[in-house]
Amino acid sequence: MTTNLIDIQNSDVIMATSNFAENHPVGFQWVMKAKERGAKFIHVDPRFTRTSAVADVHVPLRSGTNIAFFGGLISYAIQNNLYFKDYVVHYTNASFLIDPAFKTATDGGGLFTGLEQTGKGGVDPHVAETYKKDTWKYQLDGEGNPKRDLTLRDPSSVFQLLKRHYSRYTPAMVERVCGIPKEKFVQVAKLFCENSGPEKTGSITYALNLTQHTNGVQNIRALCMLQLLLGNIGRPGGGVVALRGHANVQGATDLELLYHELPGYLPMPLRDLHPDLKTYLEKVTPKGGFWVNLPKFMVSLLKAFYGDAAKAENDYGYQWLPKRASADAYSHQHMFVEMYKGTIKGFLSDGQNPAVGGPNAKLARAALGKLEWLVVKDIFVTETAEFWKAPGASAKDIKTEVFFLPAAPAAEKDGSLTNTMRLIQWHEKAVKPPGDVTSDAEFFVSLAKRLQKRYAGSKKDRDQGFLAASFEYGDDPKEPNMELVLKEVNGYATQEITDKDGKVVYKKGQALNTFAHMTDDGKTAGGCWIYTGVTVEGPDGKLINKANLRKPADDKDYLAHGWAFAWPANRRILYNRASADLKGKPWSEKKKLIWWDPEAPGQEPEKKGKWVGLDVPDFNAFLAPDAKNGDKPFIMRADLVGAFFGPLNDGPFPEHYEPVESPTKNLLSKQQMNPVAKIWNVPDQKNDLAKVGSPDYPYVVTTYRLTEHHLSGVMSRYLPMLAELFHSHFAELSHELAAELGIKNGERITVSTPRGKIHTTAMVTHRLKPFMIDGKKTHQIGIPWHWGYNGISKGDITNDLSATVGDPTVYIQETKAFLCNVKKGEV
Amino acid sequence: MARTLAMFTDTSLCIGCRACQVACKQWNELPMEEPEWTGSYQNHAHFTDKTYRLVRFIEKPQANGELQWLLMSDVCKHCAQAGCLDACPTGAIYRTEYGTVNINQDVCNGCRYCVSSCPFGVVSFNHDTGRANKCTFCNDRIHNGLGPACAKTCPTESIQFGFRDELVAKAEKRVAKLKEMGYASAQLYGADSNSPLGGLNAFFLLLDKPATYNLPEKPLLPQRNVLVDSVLAVGAALLVGVGAVVSFRERGGKGADDA
Amino acid sequence: MSLSRRDFLKYAGSTGAGVAVGAATLDLTPVQAAATTLKIKEAKVHPGVCPYCAVGCIQLVYSKGDKIIDIEGHPDTPHTLGRLCPKGAATIQLSNNPLRPTKAMYRAPGSDKWEEKPLDWMYEQIAKRYYETREKYFVEKEKNKDGQEVVVNRLDALASLGSACIDNEECYLLSKLNRTLGIVYHEHQARV
Repeated sequence: MTTNLIDIQNSDVIMATSNFAENHPVGFQWVMKAKERGAKFIHVDPRFTRTSAVADVHVPLRSGTNIAFFGGLISYAIQNNLYFKDYVVHYTNASFLIDPAFKTATDGGGLFTGLEQTGKGGVDPHVAETYKKDTWKYQLDGEGNPKRDLTLRDPSSVFQLLKRHYSRYTPAMVERVCGIPKEKFVQVAKLFCENSGPEKTGSITYALNLTQHTNGVQNIRALCMLQLLLGNIGRPGGGVVALRGHANVQGATDLELLYHELPGYLPMPLRDLHPDLKTYLEKVTPKGGFWVNLPKFMVSLLKAFYGDAAKAENDYGYQWLPKRASADAYSHQHMFVEMYKGTIKGFLSDGQNPAVGGPNAKLARAALGKLEWLVVKDIFVTETAEFWKAPGASAKDIKTEVFFLPAAPAAEKDGSLTNTMRLIQWHEKAVKPPGDVTSDAEFFVSLAKRLQKRYAGSKKDRDQGFLAASFEYGDDPKEPNMELVLKEVNGYATQEITDKDGKVVYKKGQALNTFAHMTDDGKTAGGCWIYTGVTVEGPDGKLINKANLRKPADDKDYLAHGWAFAWPANRRILYNRASADLKGKPWSEKKKLIWWDPEAPGQEPEKKGKWVGLDVPDFNAFLAPDAKNGDKPFIMRADLVGAFFGPLNDGPFPEHYEPVESPTKNLLSKQQMNPVAKIWNVPDQKNDLAKVGSPDYPYVVTTYRLTEHHLSGVMSRYLPMLAELFHSHFAELSHELAAELGIKNGERITVSTPRGKIHTTAMVTHRLKPFMIDGKKTHQIGIPWHWGYNGISKGDITNDLSATVGDPTVYIQETKAFLCNVKKGEV
Repeated sequence: MARTLAMFTDTSLCIGCRACQVACKQWNELPMEEPEWTGSYQNHAHFTDKTYRLVRFIEKPQANGELQWLLMSDVCKHCAQAGCLDACPTGAIYRTEYGTVNINQDVCNGCRYCVSSCPFGVVSFNHDTGRANKCTFCNDRIHNGLGPACAKTCPTESIQFGFRDELVAKAEKRVAKLKEMGYASAQLYGADSNSPLGGLNAFFLLLDKPATYNLPEKPLLPQRNVLVDSVLAVGAALLVGVGAVVSFRERGGKGADDA
Repeated sequence: MSLSRRDFLKYAGSTGAGVAVGAATLDLTPVQAAATTLKIKEAKVHPGVCPYCAVGCIQLVYSKGDKIIDIEGHPDTPHTLGRLCPKGAATIQLSNNPLRPTKAMYRAPGSDKWEEKPLDWMYEQIAKRYYETREKYFVEKEKNKDGQEVVVNRLDALASLGSACIDNEECYLLSKLNRTLGIVYHEHQARV
């Protein structure tokens, strides 16, 4: 999230589009505190949930129509002049002029200018279609800077294009598409927009409700654009509240357990685009914004990986990094399709349970059976580890060797976890793990060292990088010293570093204090530049682990900068420069966060002036507001301003398309679904899809989590205290649908899709109601996905129903909105 | 005498998460039991010998088409006049200096009079131990400067712990505020010491009438009925006895002449 | 760095744990010394981070000997104030649980059962599988889009999944291991 959970109490209005109270109950207390202070709380969700129970307004919306909703709000704010004009003019690209040949989807029948058939995948990450983005660019002046119209009236301005694009998203249209009654939509639009602006701020939360769609990235963009329009980003009580779902999904993302990036969000090289380090750095380093420093972060990472073997002469080991032939490959869904086809021979599943937790779970389990060998490391024996024992599986026909290693939970090891507000917190080992249970670190290091032994003496170049990588952290040969690992992540000087006067700034091996000190000449190493500052050397030469600092909040520091360490550089609210106006004064005294103090001591003795306040500035602390770029808060973007116009793969503006499986034709345009969505061809009919408005699969189905269970159930269904909180797996049906099908509360039912079917128990409830979509009654059901065939509480696997389809930018699957059929009884 | 402690459960803040149910189980090392299908997220229809905190889920469709989902963490009320304590023949059930009510497991003989004496159906019989069980108000914690596990863990402070008089004052302000906000049926349950049972040391703020939550509107101690019945029984016995004496006297008078 | 005894008594003796917001300092000096022992009084306490969702509630993990006896919230945590949801409150059962496997196990091809194996054997076999797969399927060079042979150093036949539930240091070690071996199927829960 761009902001901080504690700061939510400062919101004047909160719109939760995620099921906040159920999935983040302890974080939710800050919403309650905001309510105590008079804030209004809106909950947008197809179901009435425990979050809705304490909301001022519940807005029921059909799953898969988030862009129609946000687009409606954007349009409402523009049409009714409720946007924060000064913020929009100066801090975003609203005033920038676009190539006049560019046309929005309003003029393109649902498409933007430039769609073409490429036929095959290739370098651009699409299957059949892609956009040529030739016209998706700014008009430039003689010096190469974007032309602007600060009045926002030029028809080629981003603002006017935005207005034209969302002109179709009227309250009447929102009612037809989303099923939200017009009056309710207007009530909510008014409530949110009127509580945003210079004097008031609003925050919006989201979670997987926005990500698990073939329009996922654009869903989130739409939310961000609304917040930019209303001037809510970087301000107390504002921001984009992304609520992540695992204890360390943030950390795992930062440290890049993802195919397409390296730790610290550095792009993973492509064979054809990035043949060598120089070309790579030229192509991926933007000309403006803080990412101009990318070469320093990349070289430091290569030094961290390859140590002394990484030298200027060998491109710091760049050649040893694997190069992908295509960007359209290697994601989770790609992985299981390829695994099913037999091209993957060995697989490590560490702390993840794809037999239950990933889309098209039947395909995933069938794919596991094609492996030669599988290693599973987990706290309990998961469904993935025992896929060969799954109901219906024939063990004697499954040749996969399976190695199961028991894993230690967090309380039995030292280490750090990064939460949803970028806070890196340390946990201490309380007890030893029992028996042969080990930490994951112990396994990775043991495996690495055994492999290095096997490769010892190899003369092949392909092995040298791996042999040079160090897995020595401390004195225990088995268990790495995790603080030393964190220090490598933080970064350190590989040799003594002196300043221009010869004064020693860093001793050899000393931890770096800031990523600003990283270099691209091999003098620094760092595993993840955004974490720099988490471990620093104290005055006594000992390492201070800031993740383990425990200073509580107080009146002067409500954001608690002394408790643990947030990346980057302990900034708690990102883009906080935007909380002040062009002169450096807070837009409102009530909403002050950081401000320019012209009298404060500057960076040099003769200079004065510094940004001060309630947070670490997410900005050059000494850059005056009237200096060049002193008025540009969005420092990570090349043009330093927030983007309404942003050339993503499926369009510069989010446009509503129906999910791949939808009950209705697209009412906003002729283009039914995302034209560049990724749909995999899977052999053996293991990825069939329902047609639009299919009579065989007439109901919309959405999947979600419950407070009491956790993800695929490995950490909840095996625990007696949690397993007993629900009688069994269930599906939630409205009274109306249950009456139509003759189903009573507590009866067994069958839910089916073209991918598979499950038996479950019907929970008939008032909390789901049918939607009126373009005047037609459309039923929606909901199913939690925590259950599997192992553990104390067992049940059918909900993900057997979902499909292998994905967003065109990130390939996340569409498990929030697809189609199903429901029948009484177990059929 | 120490000041009376209390738990104030403000259901308007409850998000039904069941942290209280789990924290209670964890602290008290209560075993797992088979959950029931109740038709909602609630995992038991009633308190059991292994479940001392029970969250209730009540869907209430409104006339205007909107829905109210009432969420409530229910618990032993630690009544000022406790039916279980009155009924206990062995003295196993006692009141602590803080006003909370406990069952001494060493003394309890498993007679179950307490089970039928609780107007709220809280006390339960444990077939494994042969004793009666219920919420102890985390007796060990409150005697060592800590609050009950449920109150500590509650993410939204729906369950609040403190001195009874302070909590009652707070609760009264809260009800007034809710009424201002349009919650016309918001009401306290068991806060008033003049209410039935002398007030509850675990009292509630409800958003609807008690019957909606399956709580008795005017909880009565069954012993009061037992008492009345006893009096009636004794009275009836007296009548029969007097009648018998009267009739025997008549008979006796006549009989003597036969001998 | 464990909590000092002094920190513990701070929670034990006065405000903090479980006291209603707005209530005055609770003086619970017992009038009668109720002989009620607090099981965590003599326990060691370590700060823990809840392993469930991404709120990152800090926990106080109390242990005696080699056993965890209680886990509850750390009241000083600025963003959680000592509270835990039901999952956080159940964390103890990740450690204390008869269902926990404590031995490594191997399933042979076509078998319908597990065999317990020593850890050393498991690690050796796993290293052998990694090595053999890499030796057999590693692609050092291939033709690029212009038909030229270029170095790619890529291993497509070995996939790695997980985890959003392991520590930062562990994620980094796995990234380092996988990338230096040439593994490209390198994913975790953020992708789903």
